[in-house]
Formats: sequence, C-alpha cells, structure tokens
Amino acid sequence: MASIFQGIGAATAISSSTSFDSKKLIFSAPRFHLEKKGSFLVVRSDGKMSNGISGRAEKLVTNAVAAKADAPAASTTSKSGHELLLFEALREGLEEEMDRDPRVCVMGEDVGHYGGSYKVTKGLAPKFGDLRVLDTPIAENSFTGMGIGAAMTGLRPVIEGMNMGFLLLAFNQISNNCGMLHYTSGGQFTIPVVIRGPGGVGRQLGAEHSQRLESYFQSIPGIQMVACSTPYNAKGLMKAAIRSENPVILFEHVLLYNLKEKIPDEEYICNLEEAEMVRPGEHVTILTYSRMRYHVMQAAKTLVNKGYDPEVIDIRSLKPFDLHTIGNSVKKTHRVLIVEECMRTGGIGASLTAAINENFQDYLDAPIVCLSSQDVPTPYAGTLEEYTIVQPAQIVTAVEQLCQ
Amino acid sequence: MGFSAKLVQPLPLLNTTTARRSASENMNCASPFLGSTHKLRLPRPIVSSTRTHFGSGSGSAPAIVAVKSDVIKDNKKPKSDVSNLLITKEEGLEVYEDMILGRAFEDMCAQMYYRGKMFGFVHLYNGQEAVSSGFIKLLKKEDSVVSTYRDHVHALSKGVPASQVMSELFGKTTGCCRGQGGSMHMFSKEHNVLGGFAFIGEGIPVATGAAFTSKYRREVLKEADCDHVTMAFFGDGTCNNGQFFECLNMAALWKLPIIFVVENNLWAIGMSHLRATSDPQIWKKGPAFGMPGIHVDGMDVLKVREVAKEAVGRARRGEGPTLIECETYRFRGHSLADPDELRDPAEKAHYAARDPITSLKKYMVDNNLATEAELKAIEKKIDEVIEEAVEFAEESPAPSRSQLLENVFADPKGFGIGPDGKYRCEDPKFTEGTAQV
Repeated sequence: MASIFQGIGAATAISSSTSFDSKKLIFSAPRFHLEKKGSFLVVRSDGKMSNGISGRAEKLVTNAVAAKADAPAASTTSKSGHELLLFEALREGLEEEMDRDPRVCVMGEDVGHYGGSYKVTKGLAPKFGDLRVLDTPIAENSFTGMGIGAAMTGLRPVIEGMNMGFLLLAFNQISNNCGMLHYTSGGQFTIPVVIRGPGGVGRQLGAEHSQRLESYFQSIPGIQMVACSTPYNAKGLMKAAIRSENPVILFEHVLLYNLKEKIPDEEYICNLEEAEMVRPGEHVTILTYSRMRYHVMQAAKTLVNKGYDPEVIDIRSLKPFDLHTIGNSVKKTHRVLIVEECMRTGGIGASLTAAINENFQDYLDAPIVCLSSQDVPTPYAGTLEEYTIVQPAQIVTAVEQLCQ
Repeated sequence: MGFSAKLVQPLPLLNTTTARRSASENMNCASPFLGSTHKLRLPRPIVSSTRTHFGSGSGSAPAIVAVKSDVIKDNKKPKSDVSNLLITKEEGLEVYEDMILGRAFEDMCAQMYYRGKMFGFVHLYNGQEAVSSGFIKLLKKEDSVVSTYRDHVHALSKGVPASQVMSELFGKTTGCCRGQGGSMHMFSKEHNVLGGFAFIGEGIPVATGAAFTSKYRREVLKEADCDHVTMAFFGDGTCNNGQFFECLNMAALWKLPIIFVVENNLWAIGMSHLRATSDPQIWKKGPAFGMPGIHVDGMDVLKVREVAKEAVGRARRGEGPTLIECETYRFRGHSLADPDELRDPAEKAHYAARDPITSLKKYMVDNNLATEAELKAIEKKIDEVIEEAVEFAEESPAPSRSQLLENVFADPKGFGIGPDGKYRCEDPKFTEGTAQV
C-alpha cells in the first residue's frame, strides 16, 4: 500500500493481520494449544471447553465476539456482505455520505490527487472533483479553520490530518473555534465537522509521528471523540460522525488500516456515544480502544487458557464515555483493568479511572489498574519502542494480579 | 491569472489619479476632504511605485494606492450640480448615520463599563468608524463579516440591532449570543456576522472558509447566483501572524471571494507596528501572494468606500481576493483597561483632527448634500436608539442556570450516556443546568 512511509516496509500494517481478525477470533478458543501443567481442559462435544482446575467453575466462552449491542446486522451474523480492509471501509463510509449529501466535502493534504497518504480518499477526487476533495497547502491551522468557517456557513467538511500529530498545529482552531463557537455564538452556528486522521504508535516512526492526541483534546468542551478499531466500526463511526451535528474527532490508528473483515452490504451506522462489547466475561472488565484492543484480545487468549474469563469492552467513544456499558460491566465483575496507548499522565485512561471511581466506587473490589504507555517520547529503535507501549504479556500479568 | 503587470481599469476614475506615495510626500488632491497629511514614521524613506493599477501586481511592480477618485456616476445630481461628488445624499446620510451609531455606541459602552454594567475586556472602535461603515455598508445581508475582539461596530454596521449588542455586553439572555459570548464574540446568524474572536488571526481562516462555501455553492452545488462575499477585518498586529499569510495563500490560490481588510491603527496594545514588522507596508504583502494590495486612508470614509466597491466587485465577479490596508487610528486605548501611556500625544492629536465623522460632515455640508439640521437630527435619533438599547439591556433578564448546558453541543447527545443507560441530556436536571455531565 502506497504511503508516505514506503521505505519502512511493514510500517503500515500488522502483517499478521489474520491473528487480529475480529471474525477469526470467534473460532480461536476451541483451537487453543493446550499446554497447561497440572491442569487439564475438557473439550466437550459441542466444542465448549471447561477448565479442570478446582475452585472455579469456569466456562470457556467460545463465542469470543459477542453480538454487537448497537447494530442489528452484526458483522459476524451477516451471511452476505463483503470483505474489505479498514481503510477501504473508511473510504466506503465517506463515499456513501458524499453521495448522500452534496454538502459533505473533504479537505486535507494529499487527499485529492494522491488519494490520501493512507489511501482513505483514493478515487474520490476523480469522482467528486477537486473542490469537493480539496488538496490543501501545508497549513493545518488555517485549513482546519477554513473547514470550521465552511461548516458554519452550511457545508459539512471532513478534515484530514495526514498524521494526527500534525493537528497539534491546528490546536488553536480545534479548541477555540471547533469546540467553542457553538456555545459562544449562543447556539446560532453549528459546526458539523469531522476531523480525522491516523495516530498512535506505528512501527518505528519516531516520536513525532507516534503521538496520541486524544489525551490532549479530551478537555476541549463541545467536541466528541471516537476511536475506530475494526473495519465494521470504522465505516459505522465515519458515517455517524459525518451525520452528527456536533464536531467529531475520529481517531484512526496507523497500524490498523490493513485489517480485513467482512462487513454488511446494507447500510448501517454505529452509535457515536456507545461502547462495543467485544467479549463478555465474568472475572474482570478490560476497557480498551483502538490498537490496544488487539493486544488485549491476544492477551485474552492466554488468559482464557489460564482459566480467566475477561470481559473486554472497546470503549470506542473517548469523549463522552459510555458509562452505561462500562458501569454494567463493573457491576458484574467488580474489577477493572484499563489498557490504553496514551501516556500515563493525563491520558484517556486517567480520565476513565477517575470517572469509574466517581460513579462506581461501591462496586469495585480492587483499585482500578490502568496500563498506559510510558511517559517517554517514542524512541525510534524497535526494541525501545516495544517497551513504551503495553504488550500482551503485561496485560496477562495485570489481570492475574488483579484477580488474586 | 498571470503575474504580468496588467492594467485593469474597471472604473474610469482610477486612471485619472497619479498618486505617488512616499514617506515624505503629502497627497495631492483636489478636494480638501480627501487630503492626508500623515507621514509614516519610518526608519528610512520608502519610495513606492508610481503605478496605480488595480490588477494583480507582480513582485516588482506592486499594485497600489487607489486613494482618491474623481468621478462617480450619480443618478441624482445634487443642487450644486457638481458631477464630481463621491456619494449621493442617501448614501451619505446612511454612512453618516452608521458612523454616528458606532461612535455613540462605543462612548456609551465606556460609560456603562465604568458604571459596572459590563466587565472583562472591552475594546472600543472610536476613530475607526470609516473602515466599518465604508466597507460594510456596501454588503448584502447574505454576505459575511468576520472580525476580531474589536467587533461591536462591525456587528452594528452589518445590521445587528444596537439593543442586542448592548444586551450581549451586559451579559443578558437577550443578547445576540444569549449572553454567552460577550464583547469579543459578537455573532449573528441572521446578519451573517461570523464573530468576534478573542485570539487575533483566528477569524481569518474562518472567513476563508465562509468564502470557500460561497465558491463551493456556486461551483459544486450549482447555485449559479451565489456571489456572496466575505470580509475579514483584522489589525496590524495580526499581519505578522502565520494564519494571515496562510490564508492569503489559500484565498489567492483558489480565487476565493474574500476581502482582507487590515485596520492598521499602528498599535497592537503597546507594540508599535513599526517595532514589530520588518516591512511595515502591509499592502505590499498582497502581491506577494498574487492578489492586489491596496493602501487607503482609513480616516476618510469616501476613499474607503471607493476602494471597497472595487474589491467587492472583484470578489463577486469571481476574480479573487483583495488585500486592503486602511491606515486608521483608535482614539481610545487598546481596551478599557489600557492606560494608553505609550502613544505620543501629538500623534493622537494629529489623528483626532482627522476624525472621520467631522470630515464627512464637513464634506456633506460643503457640497450641499445635507444641512446641519439634517445631520443633527440624525445624531439625535441615534442618541435615542442608544438610550433605548441601554434601557433594553438593563431590563433584560440575566441568563438562568438552565441555560448553562444548552448550547455546548448542537446535538446534546454529545454529553453521552449516563450510568443509568439514558442519555445525559434526557435527565430532567439537564434543562435546569444542574445535571452531572
């Protein structure tokens, strides 16, 4: 896939994408390599397994991906449907919305003729024209502001930051104008923009291209933030964000663009404010989003092996938090582990910890554990980079400690 | 669009002037009203080009200085039958009334501020009325205006009622922004005033976006008659800010229907323009981006109006943006909190003598466009308007708690889902402003 990081080879994809394929996770449970010493697993005829360790009557849940709470046609149950990669799902959502409403337009660097540095807007400029898919000069603050002015006067721009980190240059416009103008104008002007772009830690992209802006933007009043993690929710969230009257920041992840999944042919939208139940469980609530979802699911495989039953929720809505889904989960499991890619200080995890403590203190049997990235500028060296973000082994350890 | 030094002569009047401007020269002019005796206090004299065309200038021959004009076609010839008048009686009275409104309003603001009716940062426009009236009175209702924190008079000129502006300043719920914006955030959807911005330079991209919408509507949505233009007003300090340059580039690149109006009052709070800017002649920066750069005497509403007409015409015809530097002056400090100690009293006196209102009054009376009595009647009328505005604002209610959460999101679902499974905005306490969000 052509991208600006061509020289780095696998920088843009989790090459072992099949192991993170959300569809395939359903079938991974019965196929575990059973290696536990001193314990045994019984495989029943119906494919269900149970752990022979005394004490807990655990049942392994084979259906690791539950039916999605928000969409009737969940990706797993749709018989027809088409398979595509995450960046194609984003493009499909965007294209459908542009077909549906002529006021939807795209602005950003290299979104037009180049097709987007991650190919999310490929083919749109030839179809819709250079004004609807606008190649801007390199002036983030100004073209974001331009998008906001266009939104105030009736258009519905989708503003792309080539890398989320570049939007730091647009912070002035995003904070002061995007978030606040609806309020300071007394409700007269709406700003239905979508600001989107890839962020997160990639493969040795260096500190400045590996930033997690959700922690910086979360305090801005008046905006919503969502993070997509699968092709299904990428398309659904893109469409919902475009249709929303509020300014929405859609966080994508550099390493998730090549995820493949089968999504429904019929039109669907994901709810911007709801979280996604990835795997129901009983023992511990693991809250995560974006790429860390996959590290969590990988750790979940090991945990299930070891006899734990984690409930995994992809919070999806970074601002506001879906306290209903999260709360129900906390009330069930009484233990919370947050796994995020933000820095430890002031990240989404920190806010989530505070929100859960405030609202569900009585239901917690143990303090909330939050696994975040180190407060370190992401190093270039691969070995060091690995140490800055949360790895599945750490998640397993954390759950084990939490569940003691 | 090429960079050749094309002579574009949209109006015959422009090529009759041969205004040569240099640091030490005075303007030659036929009418006493149009004279300007100002000298720029520059470290060394700058001699500019003698070209006076209004086309897209190249780097070597800057387009410039349309400062005076001799002829404007009148439908109505005034009694003196002078065919070289710049304005009709109706237009003159309209502009005069607008400037008086601006001046009286700002004076009343100062009074009200010192009486404790309004708080925070209040930036008054006294002295600069010619720019607001000269430009904005040419616009249609659908055209947009974007301003800075010194925005009361821009809002008034665009048509926002004085009572709503005063009410907003008092922080009442009947203000144009329901009391939520304040002095620095005047917005009006009805009159297309897109703000009111506290940070300088912040509004220029927004204005560029509004102009983009206009072009988009014409070319993508095929609304063939959409020729709305946008005017962005900002000061000399802003012209050293990145957003200014970035937007000049984009506006010229896409030929957006926007007019960049620099209100160069020589001071950014206490920072003299000359101390902050390597090349103080802001109009020169237009041609660098491929648009005409015009310098005009901003204390002279008729000159401003001439230049504005040309720029608006260009924008409506789809010929692209224009940068206009208006040399003007604020009679008061930067804000009501500014002691204004740095400015030379001689400079202040010099500009006070060129008060745009007295100048227009003199012009109209001297050319028999209006009598003293008519103009006095206008002043009296405006006094009443202002009195009513203050009364209205006084009697209006302050916002209640219920207003606190209402306009944070256009779609209040944005506050999310609470622990009970319901959207926070469905909580009855939400409309009372006491809900937990």
